[in-house]
Amino acid sequence: MDGILGEKVGMTAVYGEDGSQIPVTVVRTTGNVVVSKRTEERDGYTAVVLGFGERSAKRAGKPVEGFFAKQGLLEEREDGKKIVKRHLREFRVPAARLAELDVGAALAVDSMFHAGERVDVVGTSKGTGFTGVMKRYNFKGGKASHGVHEYHRHGGSIGSNTSPARVFKNRKMPGQHGNARITIQNLQVISVLAD
Amino acid sequence: MNALGSVEKRYEKQDLVDFRAGDTLKVNVRIKEGEKERIQAFEGVCLRKHRSGTSSTFTVRKVSFGIGVERIFPLHSPNIESIEVLREGKVRQGRIYYLRGRSGKAARIKARRLFG
Repeated sequence: MDGILGEKVGMTAVYGEDGSQIPVTVVRTTGNVVVSKRTEERDGYTAVVLGFGERSAKRAGKPVEGFFAKQGLLEEREDGKKIVKRHLREFRVPAARLAELDVGAALAVDSMFHAGERVDVVGTSKGTGFTGVMKRYNFKGGKASHGVHEYHRHGGSIGSNTSPARVFKNRKMPGQHGNARITIQNLQVISVLAD
Repeated sequence: MNALGSVEKRYEKQDLVDFRAGDTLKVNVRIKEGEKERIQAFEGVCLRKHRSGTSSTFTVRKVSFGIGVERIFPLHSPNIESIEVLREGKVRQGRIYYLRGRSGKAARIKARRLFG
């Protein structure tokens, strides 16, 4: 199972062969690099650490800068600014695959995925903060008129009275919405474009 | 150009004829009937162009057997075989919805230039 890091560019639509419109998300994956490896001897499992995106080494901090320098991956721009990778993630891979990859090797999407393939996508959803039940759980809310007083966007009753004398767990109530890790499985790759 | 735009560009038709609202168009549409595929023409006045990258559309209106018919076509759809401009109309609005309420003499549009 191979993976790659990417950044959402935006959404658009493309046409299928039969003229149907297919909604698509464009993801940029330029600049994926093997930053480090996890080996059976040292770590007890095999995985590859990928880096993606740019970040000023100054902002990332000395320990991060040191790590990248050790791996020989500390980029230096013409203006003397040092750049490290913004995102680091481990991907579990079998030992055989790990042997093929060297630290510093660049990964290209077009060699890993092809159109029509099914993939799982993991990301962080947009944070919307502390949110009411209408937005968070699609509750219908209260009536807009007919003498209703300040009860338009409420969720209504949250349970019975004396028995059970408590609110059941998992009761849907207002709270933090979004900014959570979301996995969407079995998405189809529509096309893979080289840079 | 931004990255999304450059991706969209790959899916847009590059050889589109130039037309605007008020023009009389003949749209050749691919229609699938079972296994067979044929081309059907829809002729009428373009009411509007909706510009939105790959999902751009345009609306064509015609009066068929006394009943006004409007069809919205996706501009870049592979089902649109071709678009012909039959007559260029001179109109002042980008969206000529006022045509809907008119019929007969009132629904005429002056030509921008005549075809030779």
